[in-house]
Amino acid sequence: MLLSTKLNKERIGMGSVGAKDVPQLLDAEGRRIDGRGLEDLRPIKIEAGVLNRADGSAYVEWGENKVMAAVYGPREVHPRHLQQNDKAIVQCRYNMAAFSVDERKRPGLDRRSQEISKVISEAFESVLFVEEYPRTSIDVYIEVLQANAGTRCAGIVAASVALADAGIPMADLIPAVAVGKIAGHIALDLRKEEDNYGEADLPMALVPRSGRLVLLQMEGHMTAEELRQALDLGVRGCRKIYDLQREALRRRYAVQSPPPVEVPA
Amino acid sequence: MSDGVTAEILTGHVLDLARRGRRLDGRGIDDLRPVRIQKGYVASADGSALVEWGPTKVLAGIKLEPGTPFPDTPNAGVLTTNAELVPLSSPGFEPGPPRPEAIELSRVVDRAIRAAEAVDLTKLCVTPGEKAWICYVDIHILDDGGNLIDASMLAAMAALSNTRVPASRFGLGTDGPLEVQHFPVEVTFARLGDALVVDPTSEEEVACQGRLTIATNEVGEICAMQKGKVGAFSPSDVMEMVSRAQVHGDRLRQLIRSP
Amino acid sequence: MGHEQGSSDPDNRRSGAADADHDRGRGRHRRRRSGAGGRENSRARGPGPRSPRDGGTRHYRGPREGQERRLSGGSHLPPGERVLVLPGDRIESHGLRPGFGTYRSDGELYASVMGILNPRPPFMRVVPLSGPYIPQKDDLVVGVVQSSGPTYWLLDIRGPHFTPLHMTGTPWKIDYGECGEYLRPGDTVLVRVEGVDESRRVGVTMIGEGLGRLEGGYLHEISPTKVPRAIGKGGSMIQLIQQETRTRLVVGQNGRIWIQGDDEGIRKVCLILDLIDREGQRHGLTERVKQILEEDASRPSPYGDVAVDEVEQGEDRNG
Repeated sequence: MLLSTKLNKERIGMGSVGAKDVPQLLDAEGRRIDGRGLEDLRPIKIEAGVLNRADGSAYVEWGENKVMAAVYGPREVHPRHLQQNDKAIVQCRYNMAAFSVDERKRPGLDRRSQEISKVISEAFESVLFVEEYPRTSIDVYIEVLQANAGTRCAGIVAASVALADAGIPMADLIPAVAVGKIAGHIALDLRKEEDNYGEADLPMALVPRSGRLVLLQMEGHMTAEELRQALDLGVRGCRKIYDLQREALRRRYAVQSPPPVEVPA
Repeated sequence: MSDGVTAEILTGHVLDLARRGRRLDGRGIDDLRPVRIQKGYVASADGSALVEWGPTKVLAGIKLEPGTPFPDTPNAGVLTTNAELVPLSSPGFEPGPPRPEAIELSRVVDRAIRAAEAVDLTKLCVTPGEKAWICYVDIHILDDGGNLIDASMLAAMAALSNTRVPASRFGLGTDGPLEVQHFPVEVTFARLGDALVVDPTSEEEVACQGRLTIATNEVGEICAMQKGKVGAFSPSDVMEMVSRAQVHGDRLRQLIRSP
Repeated sequence: MGHEQGSSDPDNRRSGAADADHDRGRGRHRRRRSGAGGRENSRARGPGPRSPRDGGTRHYRGPREGQERRLSGGSHLPPGERVLVLPGDRIESHGLRPGFGTYRSDGELYASVMGILNPRPPFMRVVPLSGPYIPQKDDLVVGVVQSSGPTYWLLDIRGPHFTPLHMTGTPWKIDYGECGEYLRPGDTVLVRVEGVDESRRVGVTMIGEGLGRLEGGYLHEISPTKVPRAIGKGGSMIQLIQQETRTRLVVGQNGRIWIQGDDEGIRKVCLILDLIDREGQRHGLTERVKQILEEDASRPSPYGDVAVDEVEQGEDRNG
């Protein structure tokens, strides 16, 4: 894969402050720990409509991430006082399974999960036609079953497909990806080690039709120029993911040739 | 939001069918739904298994970490079970503390593992009184299609049976498999009128007049029981269900122990 | 998001329920009524009353853009061609106005739901493959009583909220506080949507031909978006199912279906309804349904030959 920026060989090998045993995140040829180039996504598989009870659902395997999303609604708001007279509210709950991370996580929503839940709810509220369903709640649930950085992005990608699977009207599907800076270079789709030892992490979610971002967070050090490169790279990455989301939905609802008949026993 | 009041027509039909020895999905009263286990589903866990039991889907993950033993059992490790009825698994989610169903599910699975001594906890002791392995059994319900207890138990046992103790990560020696010495399996029955049906679906659980879960081990002993829902069983009902549970238990055990 | 004006019944939404509508309360000999029986033409064509969803949402406000053109011969798509669109897909409007499942932004038309493109002049619309039940005036729906109050009951009609049925919306003379003696939680009723106001509040009534409490039989649910396929053109699918399984169906627009018949018949109907729910959008649905029926037909029913006519219909369903 061609690099859009020249490899700065002096900056490769710059690790994070104070850490021990910092892995080399980028080699002299611009290969990352898992062999990817700076602009390569990890392998992604998306499947729509995987759960029976949910109104809509999707499952995403993204690198070593395994994320399940489900949608219920529009339905009654609980607790009642959150109800809005003129529109539906969007309640997203992002949760990590206890066994999804290296160090077992105590079940329940910690502060990180609550913050992520909030920014994801807001991202979806930007694209869902919430005025169609006043006094209701559209509930989006994201469960991270296995984590390796970028889980909130994987969650958004899955939840987007689940919302379409549920037939909730929206302006567009939302792809998402985290861009970062490793060994001084802007890189697409950080994995765990890159997230831990890199110099910046920037998760983002895009509305492809309008080209605008509905989720944007950043942590680390970047110059304005690096940021511009990162946004550009992220948008390009999002567009690729968008195609995968669409493909997953088409596969689920293929209208071309009829499948072989399954006669129940 | 709870599911709301169920139509009497639904429960009426389920009971009518049962009177004629039939069930909604065409099964006999002693037929299990198809069960599929995928072991090692989650690489971040020390052991894991995804169970697809009819429409029900349950994922269990095992994590082992060094900790301190309980003061009254200084020579033993600790095993703890937690089941999460996460909101994506069914429409009946209300925000707040865990529902009684979730707590009961955790405890019923835990009870069988513990009573059967599935894992020899003394083998999880590192330094008596100071350090021992804590074995976390975490059950994540993904899709509630009825009979969560049996599916969760199966997932937990299948996960334990492919668990590796991550000793090297904590400087406590070399990694090795977690020894599972006994294989408890739970089988649940529901009363529908006079019929005692095995492996109830969600509709059958709503319509039933009592539910009984029986855990058996590989030598045919009963190691745990739990009656749930509102209804009653006679002692002879119980004995009938016990013998059926032993047969089903053995079949399910084969699934756990196969690679 | 635009909404289809309530003129003629282009989606066959009414046919199946209408079939049952006329059958209720008339006793036994009504097996083979043709479904639509002129239902398609029973409403005046033309713009009709405007619904709150007409004309698109969010980005579309104000006067219509472009020129309206009536396309001759119905759809501009080649016959048999089904185009699947996804949310965010740009749609060629051909001068049509935004209908259900679409929205307009920056002068362009886009899909807002996943579904099949289906122009119905003067609207361009998307027929959704899945989605919640959206109550519309005159819908016949199968509801389940959740609770009763002093003057009304609350029904679950598979909408986002429970819907009140007022005691004056029944044929009974009920005194204040006596609702609980007429309908109880768990009772199933066939009601009609009287109207939906601007804030999407739904009113239902049980006064009307064939409406009332349903007893016995079984309830099965499919996605409300698949109801037209379950009914079929002119009621053809529902007729086929009833005929071959010896059952009687009442199909609510909310996707809740009441089935009467013997055990085998009910079980077969559920299999077929599940197939329609899963694959209603695919070609060759009717053939696949027939195949299931044929496979099962070779198996003799252990429960004898129970004709639908022998199933007690009963005049008084309300006590």
